[in-house]
Amino acid sequence: MPSLGADMEAGTLVEWLRKPGETVKRGDIIAVAETQKGAIEIEVFDDGVLDRYLVDLGVEVPVGTPLAIIRKEGEAAAPTPAPSAPPRAEPPPQPPPAPTAQPAAPAVPAAGRVAASPAARQLAEARRIDLAQVTGSGPGGVIVLADVARLAAEAQLAAKARVKSPAAFNIEQMRMAIAAAMSRSKREIPHYYLADTIDAAQAVNWVAAHNADRPPQERLLVGALFVKATALAAKSFPEFNGKFEAGVFTAGPAVHAGVAIAIRGGGLIAPAIHGASELPLDELMAKMRDLVARVRAGRFRSSEIADPTITVSSLGDRGVETLFGVIYPPQVAIVGFGKIVDRPWAEGDALAVRPVVTTTLAADHRVSDGHRGALFLARIGELLQRPEAL
Amino acid sequence: MTANDIRAVLQDELGRIAPEIDFDSLDARADLREEADIDSMDFLNLLTALHVRLHVDIPEADNAKLITVQGAIDYLTAKLAATA
Repeated sequence: MPSLGADMEAGTLVEWLRKPGETVKRGDIIAVAETQKGAIEIEVFDDGVLDRYLVDLGVEVPVGTPLAIIRKEGEAAAPTPAPSAPPRAEPPPQPPPAPTAQPAAPAVPAAGRVAASPAARQLAEARRIDLAQVTGSGPGGVIVLADVARLAAEAQLAAKARVKSPAAFNIEQMRMAIAAAMSRSKREIPHYYLADTIDAAQAVNWVAAHNADRPPQERLLVGALFVKATALAAKSFPEFNGKFEAGVFTAGPAVHAGVAIAIRGGGLIAPAIHGASELPLDELMAKMRDLVARVRAGRFRSSEIADPTITVSSLGDRGVETLFGVIYPPQVAIVGFGKIVDRPWAEGDALAVRPVVTTTLAADHRVSDGHRGALFLARIGELLQRPEAL
Repeated sequence: MTANDIRAVLQDELGRIAPEIDFDSLDARADLREEADIDSMDFLNLLTALHVRLHVDIPEADNAKLITVQGAIDYLTAKLAATA
């Protein structure tokens, strides 16, 4: 179960998309898990052959729990666990590569033999139910077939119910997840805040000219320029792009811009646009559209949730002028863009009316200082003066 | 295509973006973005859907004309009548 950010502790497997014996390659979506953040598509992090599942549908497992065994092409099949062992009592011979730098230890129950009838054991094995979690109703607390059958039926029902309504994620759970992440942020990250007001006329006019003869599906939003400018600037200012984990900051290998997207009815998520600094604007815009559509449907990929190295939050054409960001751990910076508004603007010795935007930076003092932060924010402003170069 | 047909298309497409809103209770002359709480990306997606479904050109310069339910119905009705 991949770690999907600071605020996620467990996930429930709701769908397998690939079967044992199938060849899988890095990036393939092999399963769907339901989490506090909605349905997450789980991606494979290595090439190989899906050997077997380790977790059954409907079962909630902690982050870090191996979900399946993937063996390299040509490698012998992993041995099937002996039928007498509870399924999770035996650590897999080759744990699948963990998606993050900090794989949590899989939950392995103590390998003691639980008293159970052979039929109960067989069913538990088939449905991958951990016998240690079953209360026995037989003589002396022995687990009998009916005990396991009842649990199996419940798990199946729960899995079905979840599969039926993939979009209906629980807003209370989402709120708890946000609360956990933001509490940790405010507790652990010594934020500092900077703001700047920049002339947005170049960006606005360039986008208008770009869009003039294009059908709606090919149009850009100024927000795409904001993401690109931030990503490009972050490349030159690595102390704002990366993760602070276990007391150490590691600069990101690329700029995976987390784009904050509000969820209708409440909640917020900031999935990654991978390699945002290298994407042409049209492609970046297409990815943002796709992301928004999938967030609306409540379904995104594990890497999108786990990978962001910096967050960009853009308020669009409604709302307010200034956004004071809260950093999403383990990231170290969030860049905010307020609503674009027309304001009086000094141009040489004359006064003009210009569309302007307030840019803000909240950054982590453990990693950077206001001086560099100011240069970083100023660079974003400069880049937006030359939209054709983005 | 009548204004009522266009209204139904608009209701349908807006429903995909903002499924929980009650279309009939929207103020037809108020800013749709406020009425339905949709952002610029949602609005662009709405225009895209209308363009693809009705085969009507909607230049970006006309965006403001479609910002209310009534405005959008009037605009699309006139455009479709002109191309018919």
